[in-house]
Amino acid sequence: MTAPTQAIGELRGFLHGLPGVDRVGAEARATMLASRSIKTSAKQWALDAAISMIDLTTLEGQDTPGKVRALCAKARRPDPADPTAPMVAAVCVYPDLAGVAAAALAGSGVHVASVATAFPSGRASLEVKLADVKSAIAAGADEVDMVIDRGAFLAGDYQVVFDEIVAVREACADAAHLKVILETGELVTLDNVRRASWLAMLAGADFIKTSTGKVSPAATLPVTLVMLEAVRDFRDRHGRQVGVKAAGGIRTAKDAIRYLVLVNETAGEDWLEPRWFRIGASSLLNDLLMQRTKMMTGHYSGPDYFTLD
Amino acid sequence: MSDAAAPARSSRLAVRKTYKLYIGGAFPRSESGRSYPVTDHKGSFLANAALASRKDARDAVSAARKAFAGWSGATAYNRGQVLYRVAELLEGRRAQFAAEVRAAEGLSARQAEAVVDASIDRWVWYAGWSDKIMQVRGSANPVAGPYFNFSAPEPTGVVAVLAPQDSSLLGFVSVVAPAVVSGSTVVVLASERFPLPAVSLSEVLATSDVPGGVINVLTGRTAEIAPWLASHMDVNAIDLTGAPGDLADDLAVAAADNLKRVLRPSEQDWALTPRLDRMHAYLETKTVWHPIGT
Amino acid sequence: MAKFEYAPAPESRSVVSLRESYGLFINGEFTSGTDGGMFKTISPATEEVLAEVTEAGPADVDRAVAAARHAYEQTWSVMPGAERAKYLFRIARIVQERARELAVLESLDNGKPIRESRDVDIPLVAAHFFYHAGWADKLEYAGYGPAPRPLGVAGQVIPWNFPLLMLAWKIAPALACGNTVVLKPAETTPLTALAFAGICQQADLPPGVVNIVTGAGETGRALVTHPGIDKVAFTGSTEVGKEIARACAAGPRKKLTLELGGKAANIMFEDAPVDQAVEGIVNGIFFNQGHVCCAGSRLLVQESVQDEVLASLRRRLATLRVGDPLDKNTDVGAINSAAQLAKIRELSQAGEAEGAERWSPPCELPDRGFWFPPTVFTGVSQAHRIAREEIFGPVLSVLTFRTPAEAVEKANNTPYGLSAGVWTEKGSQILWTAARLRAGVVWANTFNKFDPASPFGGYKESGYGREGGRHGLEAYLDV
Repeated sequence: MTAPTQAIGELRGFLHGLPGVDRVGAEARATMLASRSIKTSAKQWALDAAISMIDLTTLEGQDTPGKVRALCAKARRPDPADPTAPMVAAVCVYPDLAGVAAAALAGSGVHVASVATAFPSGRASLEVKLADVKSAIAAGADEVDMVIDRGAFLAGDYQVVFDEIVAVREACADAAHLKVILETGELVTLDNVRRASWLAMLAGADFIKTSTGKVSPAATLPVTLVMLEAVRDFRDRHGRQVGVKAAGGIRTAKDAIRYLVLVNETAGEDWLEPRWFRIGASSLLNDLLMQRTKMMTGHYSGPDYFTLD
Repeated sequence: MSDAAAPARSSRLAVRKTYKLYIGGAFPRSESGRSYPVTDHKGSFLANAALASRKDARDAVSAARKAFAGWSGATAYNRGQVLYRVAELLEGRRAQFAAEVRAAEGLSARQAEAVVDASIDRWVWYAGWSDKIMQVRGSANPVAGPYFNFSAPEPTGVVAVLAPQDSSLLGFVSVVAPAVVSGSTVVVLASERFPLPAVSLSEVLATSDVPGGVINVLTGRTAEIAPWLASHMDVNAIDLTGAPGDLADDLAVAAADNLKRVLRPSEQDWALTPRLDRMHAYLETKTVWHPIGT
Repeated sequence: MAKFEYAPAPESRSVVSLRESYGLFINGEFTSGTDGGMFKTISPATEEVLAEVTEAGPADVDRAVAAARHAYEQTWSVMPGAERAKYLFRIARIVQERARELAVLESLDNGKPIRESRDVDIPLVAAHFFYHAGWADKLEYAGYGPAPRPLGVAGQVIPWNFPLLMLAWKIAPALACGNTVVLKPAETTPLTALAFAGICQQADLPPGVVNIVTGAGETGRALVTHPGIDKVAFTGSTEVGKEIARACAAGPRKKLTLELGGKAANIMFEDAPVDQAVEGIVNGIFFNQGHVCCAGSRLLVQESVQDEVLASLRRRLATLRVGDPLDKNTDVGAINSAAQLAKIRELSQAGEAEGAERWSPPCELPDRGFWFPPTVFTGVSQAHRIAREEIFGPVLSVLTFRTPAEAVEKANNTPYGLSAGVWTEKGSQILWTAARLRAGVVWANTFNKFDPASPFGGYKESGYGREGGRHGLEAYLDV
């Protein structure tokens, strides 16, 4: 797939010409959608859907092969007591552990996502960033979560940001799909989130992702709302569907279901599957499993019945 | 409250309350470890109150500053609700406060009850101002040009208050409420001789949805603590009501170092319905211009 | 079947206990009517009968006014403002305590979605009492002189679209200023007013300060023309408002405020924040099934962005959920009555007949009850009936404009003048447009926002007088 090139002035003009986002209005809409009441059969569907959309994540300095293997085992079989619980969508790790994950997940259908491009800060030369990407793919990652250069973005150097994404997409080629992390907590305004979303999609992103999870605020409903509007409008205009990943700060089943409602009523049900919507999380999975168990058994469960990996 | 007020009929020993400071929503003792004895109007021992140090005052100002963004950022409706809730809880503790005021100031039972009733009603009066003061003090201004121009009052920030020496509850409420109603946060030094009702009021504040740090209550020697508050560069206004006459001028001079807004003491009948001057003292006015055109 | 089908999420009715029949609330207690007339109130979603309600005859209105007069002279007008305030604070608190019960009751009787009554109506009811409680002892600061006095007894007639909220808008300021009231709720929505009577009892409000007389047009007429009242407050149709104005013109002087109909223009400029503007348009006309006097029933969209706005609007409308008002996920509830439904249908047919294009998103409507799908008419011009007459239903008429001046001209080209909306990113344009709109309430980059501190009321045939804020007190003071 060839990425479109944009002349500097055009890109800036286009991004600054996008309709603005009224924050108060966007937050009100997100709040209203968060008040939807999802019960019984709808809740059952939503819990299973949410589990299947999780990118089960460990991104710590202290990660070891043992930790990654344990996480992969959980990814393949989230509920020790119930084999009917769906598998998660992917496991997300640092590039130097992607090989361990790939081996542990081989044959399962669970994807191997690796962060790259000097995650989380993105502060390194393009050379280093591309080497990072290539090493991840060589180790077996079939999904790459890159970070954009927020410094360049906030300084108005949109072309720099654009060109980097194009280069990373080229490095991924057919081996991996590319998620572009906007780090919305650092972009701050919803106008910036909209612009960064469009920039990433024009540069060839397969997914746009809210956050690294290392900065607060990470994913929020209003930010994800704006990103869902962007992917919807992008498909209308360019005919290409781009996915959305909300990552960081989504801890409870209730939160996760709110995101599914957001997707459903903003971008629409075409996005309601793991191919087009992901949730980056770690502790969320156990809460989803607990809620799932409660729906099946009728009583509240406890943390001892679910594994801590 | 001490059991010294009435002769013990039963042989049961009372569990006496420890009176501490109220800073940042918590009840610490003074960092200096000091206390001082508080006596009732007859001179009998009531309790040891915390003797605040300059560091406690410093911590209180810090807590008040931290709480300012949240409190001033809350809607006026929300502040009014919170303050009304304080009045509800005070009403529930009417008997307790009447007994404390009586013991402290030597009032008759009926007088003490009247003081507590007036304190509760005073609090309610101020609670009802939070969502109206802007309408009374603000305006759109008819400037001579194609501009929309409006002026709105905003809270000044952190207010230091020296509570009246002789009115342990009604006076205390009357100097604290006007400062917080429009969004400022407060560090108040209670009456030196009659500090206990103020500490009990802190308990009400702590259980009534008032965010920690919005009101901070210190007990101790006015002459020791007041100069530290008056000279503190992160305090925006100071109420000198409780300052002994000779000290007030010095405090006002110190306050001028960062141009604090200064409320000077004057003869005050706390029973009378207040005017707006105590609220006005802590309000800044912001005027905004915006062109009108296509 | 949709991938993510929201299962029914009904709010339980068990929190409400309905009586089989209700009397009138006069002088602090429930009492039978003297003429024995009763009428039924139904749920517009299912047509089931909810309860029987007393029809107040002229003798009952006499009794109520006398009770109000007595309470005014003996108790309420001589009570210090600070004490009146505390009664109003009590009422506000009880409304908060009984919020869920009141929300369910409102949705049952009115047909509006439980989410709206729970998240909008009832919280605003409490807020109105809370806000006005604080004025009761501060009237000397309201800008009407050092000691403004109340008027006496107020006769108040309210509509069916926001039953308890309209009651709060009337009773809270009246009481705060020292008046006593006789209030008639709409005949299709009496239940929350009757629950409010119970709240007055719980608050120990002195008897006669608030009196509720239920009934229809005749009862309302008897009330507003009663010689024993000093003040008339009416919210309802412009037609009836004019009748009342005529009636009050003759006879003893009564202070009068009217809050009537509207045909608000929602002006969308080409630089509007599109997603939020579409949200605002939808909210403006489909909130409360369009049963809102200040509804943004005319969309004036700048012609250069018309197509994309309409596409966006249609896509958004397809996600509106029409159905059981007690389902927590319902966005659009039932039309309040058969009569109102007939009116909406009639005007919509006129719209088609006059050449406008009609569109509704597909929606499944229940068999029983009164329902109308959200509807958009495009290709509408100012001359069309659907552009001029108040439909009071979920029907949006779309017109276009080219320049700001043209937008203002079209927006003002109506006998009504209650509200308007302006959508643009340009601040100066907001202020320029707002300054020129002949409307009592202008919402910029938002719509249908209400607050007890914010004065509400119309220009021209949308009525006169304001409710809310410092300005709203004037209606209940002798100034």
